[in-house]
Amino acid sequence: MAGLPILSITIFIPLIGALMILGVRMVGGANLASSASKSIALLTSIVTLGASLVALAGFDAGKTGYQFIENVAWFGGSSYKLGVDGMSIALIVLTTALTPLCVLQSSRSIEDRLAEYMMCFLVLESLMIGVFCALDLVLFYVFFEGGLIPMFLIIGVWGGKNKLYAAFKFFLYTLLGSLLLLVALIYMAITAGTTDVVVLQAGVHPVTGAPLFSPDVQTWLWLAFFASFAVKLPMWPVHTWLPDAHVEAPTAGSVVLAAVLLKMGGYGFLRFSLPMFPHASQLFQPLMFALSVIAIVYASLVAFRQTDIKKLVAYSSVAHMGFVTLGIFSFNEIGIQGAIFQMISHGVISGALFFCVGVIYDRMHTREIAFYGGLVHRMPVYAALFMLFSMANVGLPGTSGFVGEILTMVGGFQASTWAAAGAALGVILSAVYMLTLYRRAVFGEMTNEKLFDIKDVTALEFFILGLLAISALVFGVFPGLIFDLTKGSSLEVLRMIGQVGQ
Amino acid sequence: MTFQEIAAIIIVLSPGIAAAIAGLGQRFLGDKGSMAITTVLVVSAAVLAGLLFFGQVFGHHPEGGAHAHTIVLSRWFDVGTFVVDWAIRLDSLSITMLFVVTSVSALVHVYSIGYMADDPHRARFFAYLSLFTFAMLMLVTADNFIQLFFGWEGVGLASYLLIGFWYKKPSANDAAIKAFVVNRVGDFGFALGIMALVYMIQPFAGVDYAAMGIHHFSSVGFDTVFNVIVNNAPVLVGGSGAPVAIQDVAFDFLGIHVWGLEVAGVLLFIGAMGKSAQFFLHTWLPDAMEGPTPVSALIHAATMVTAGVFLVCRCSYIYEHTVVAANMITIIGAVTCFFAATVGLAQNDIKRVVAYSTCSQLGYMFFAAGVGAYEAAMFHLFTHAFFKALLFLSAGSVIHGMHHEQDMRNMGGLRKKMPLTWAMMLIGTLALTGVGIPAVDGLHLGFAGFFSKDAIIESAFASHDAYAPLAFWLSIGAAFLTSFYSWRLMFMTFEGKTRADHHTYDHAHDPPMVMAVPLILLSVGAVLAGLVFYDAMVDHHEAAFWGSAIYNAPDNHVLHERHEVPLWVLLAPAICWISGLIFAVIFYLLAPQIPRKMARNGGPMHSFLSHKWYFDEIYKFVFVKGTALLGDLFWKIGDKKIIDGLGPDGMTGLTKASAGGLSKLHTGYIFHYAFVVLISAVIFVAFVMFGQGR
Repeated sequence: MAGLPILSITIFIPLIGALMILGVRMVGGANLASSASKSIALLTSIVTLGASLVALAGFDAGKTGYQFIENVAWFGGSSYKLGVDGMSIALIVLTTALTPLCVLQSSRSIEDRLAEYMMCFLVLESLMIGVFCALDLVLFYVFFEGGLIPMFLIIGVWGGKNKLYAAFKFFLYTLLGSLLLLVALIYMAITAGTTDVVVLQAGVHPVTGAPLFSPDVQTWLWLAFFASFAVKLPMWPVHTWLPDAHVEAPTAGSVVLAAVLLKMGGYGFLRFSLPMFPHASQLFQPLMFALSVIAIVYASLVAFRQTDIKKLVAYSSVAHMGFVTLGIFSFNEIGIQGAIFQMISHGVISGALFFCVGVIYDRMHTREIAFYGGLVHRMPVYAALFMLFSMANVGLPGTSGFVGEILTMVGGFQASTWAAAGAALGVILSAVYMLTLYRRAVFGEMTNEKLFDIKDVTALEFFILGLLAISALVFGVFPGLIFDLTKGSSLEVLRMIGQVGQ
Repeated sequence: MTFQEIAAIIIVLSPGIAAAIAGLGQRFLGDKGSMAITTVLVVSAAVLAGLLFFGQVFGHHPEGGAHAHTIVLSRWFDVGTFVVDWAIRLDSLSITMLFVVTSVSALVHVYSIGYMADDPHRARFFAYLSLFTFAMLMLVTADNFIQLFFGWEGVGLASYLLIGFWYKKPSANDAAIKAFVVNRVGDFGFALGIMALVYMIQPFAGVDYAAMGIHHFSSVGFDTVFNVIVNNAPVLVGGSGAPVAIQDVAFDFLGIHVWGLEVAGVLLFIGAMGKSAQFFLHTWLPDAMEGPTPVSALIHAATMVTAGVFLVCRCSYIYEHTVVAANMITIIGAVTCFFAATVGLAQNDIKRVVAYSTCSQLGYMFFAAGVGAYEAAMFHLFTHAFFKALLFLSAGSVIHGMHHEQDMRNMGGLRKKMPLTWAMMLIGTLALTGVGIPAVDGLHLGFAGFFSKDAIIESAFASHDAYAPLAFWLSIGAAFLTSFYSWRLMFMTFEGKTRADHHTYDHAHDPPMVMAVPLILLSVGAVLAGLVFYDAMVDHHEAAFWGSAIYNAPDNHVLHERHEVPLWVLLAPAICWISGLIFAVIFYLLAPQIPRKMARNGGPMHSFLSHKWYFDEIYKFVFVKGTALLGDLFWKIGDKKIIDGLGPDGMTGLTKASAGGLSKLHTGYIFHYAFVVLISAVIFVAFVMFGQGR
């Protein structure tokens, strides 16, 4: 296995799949392409999953530092450098495991320009995997910003009624953050003479051995990175693009957006902000705690008042990302392990919730909560699965949702009791909005005549939701499966920020 | 593995397996199959638990106490000092609870076969019942706070599902959500309590914890936490700085400088208040009566609601080293026992009377623990489980026999129609009101509640705690009220001329065999549980029985001192129940026009009681409306106007404005200012609140 560029392979397989669809499209025309794209995309995404699992199998969780390193000089001081640690490989597998499910779901529910859609999706997958593999800032930036384009298209082309507004908002916010990130990146490249992440994390000049960035400089650079990651995550008050993007995006777009794209923000903090700007990170800890707590409480309260199911789940995502930032900036092992876990767990749960919304949206073409009611009478299996994911979202112990929440709060308590107490309010509020949603959509009498013929989940839907349900439970009962993988990464981050042993 | 270990594993897991089979396989098994599997598995668990329990009570303890002994099933968490196992801890506390939970659950399963015979969703019902039993067993056998929390939330889920079992009914849905959310308010405290423990209990490298019996340091493990406290071991608060002896730990919590154990104790107790429906967090319990009656008997009387009491007794190691937290338990428990009894006077729904009675009895258990008589609290928990389940299931028989009539104003004269139910209810009432022979040596006889409730009242008198006198007097008052409302229930339901319509009354009947047998078995418990286990649980052999499961500080002799109380204290409870009975006879047998007139004429006292001290009204106004208002404010003003006003919409607004009218620009600017103000405020507060200290 040694010498096999497994990361590059994983990144490029989806891209090759996209090119194959393009080929069929050009040679065989639109009709052939749209039917062929289903099997090509599915096959490609499964092979990608296989490749990522090969990497996972070969990954040695006992070793610190990055593994499977590939390094090819590029231009200037930057290079095509890849490598993964436990945190990134976990996020990669999350991405590659969800993509086949998205492809399966989309083959049924997307009717218009399916071939183009699948191409977008596969390109997106490549870029997402690339983000988690890149060990060079410029390369990271390319993947990170490149991901905007297919997502922009997925929302803008295959979205709902208000898709242009949503796509525009999504683009505007993300762009704002990206520009600042780019400026910071150029400054860093000039100062350090390289954009190698490992060098920058070490914090000393590769030639002179002097410290790279003074505390003052760190502050500005940290803020620039923060602008970008805060938008992605999203943190309050730059979160308002998310509900609109989710509402307009097709089901699979929402799934990937919530499950993977949001995680890039948290990943960015852990991979770049903390190790490269330890001084500034500590300086801004109070601000990050405040924003985390606001995100949790504010977004939960707003979620409670939503009338659109997708918006409700979107606001709930904002709240759950608040736990991620709380954990990250607690600067201790429990908090950071909890934050990484929360990212993966939220990927599974929010993905599943958006799939659940998709099930009824595909049947009724509305996301209005008031339209539904009494679904349990016609869809008992759906009701049971939706209940499970609701409970996971509420953080019931035994599901993966609990693990991340309790650890980030425990970690946060070490740093600030205010932050922990504020976050714990979210434990109450999540129950309020989730149970109210469930009650209005699923329980009660079925009064809307249009629902009388609604059918329970199909075999395919059952398969998708069932897999996610099993994941949510397995990770909830045996979280060690992930902790063992991410322990090294967490300790490395702590070492770099100078808080080892806490 | 010993027999005890194998039995314990089977007891805990079999209801879980039953729930999974019945829940996932109900399509293949059908109603009968699901019912049979769950009932058989839970009954077998109960038989095994009975063997364990009787072995523990009557077996020999050569080491002079039943030692805690833990079976580890698998690792759950291993992050820093946050080390948690899936485990079964066996000691007298958990074995007692195993017996209570499985035996009541088994009887409720059997009873439900009859009670739910016509329900189309029986399979689902039985799956939920077994799921509940499993979660409750995980709770009581936990060897750490996190598994306890797993069970804690699991029983909350099962309770939510069962209260809302009839999901077509809006009132049932409301009650289910209310139960879950109010419990979550308690869990807010519980979770913070866990966090406080983890924060405080960090190992210091220079201390030999193994010598204290801590073999694997875990900040949330019972062994670690309790041994650290008892040994007053040095710990490294927050993982840094100099080591401090645990009993001297103090830190800033929400800006207040507090003792560590006090704050942990108070926070954990807030969790217990939610689960056990104590004053301020009690409002969900009466509404929970929307669920089917067997559920009320199992969850909302015998087991789940006692989890809070169990938690406090389990944490005797903590509460024996606190003053504020222990006093808080005493006060809340005492107030609840009195408050709930007053509300019970004015309820007309037969189940709600019993529900408030449960609330009140839980108050007794809490203040017993608060004054240091954990053993008496557990003893009352134990006897109460049987007689309260009996009362609920008897009420269920009445409701079943009366075609789902629950209002006592539409009952009366049922004794002739359902003599068995009457007899069962009578036994339950005698046990609840604590009928027995006090103060006569050698003739210590009585129903279950007599032994356990009197032990609590005597302990409250004997205790030297500051608030023990308050608890004593309130509990005396509550004992009188308990007797009054219990007999009121008996008389309104069974005596006098019937107020039911002809059809219902003529068809009223005793329950079928499958429901009658559980009643009879429970009545055996209601009669004998006190007499048989008094000695082991609160008298001569209590120390040997509880062993290390319950900790009493060296200066806590309340269980012995209660034998030295004056005669009038021994007689007081008896005077209470007799006078309560006399008043009830006057009001509801001899002159029933008096209470009716009082209810009709109203008056502030009556409406205060029948509105349950206006808690629901106040909470609805403050919390329910407040949440909605804040949600709307943040959404419509915060997100839409201010944030989007500056963000994308503001920009388009600016473009439009520069092209045309100026008004747009102005509104845009207002929100720009608002945004700047908002952000500045956040940054300011962030650095003040989250930055300095803790």
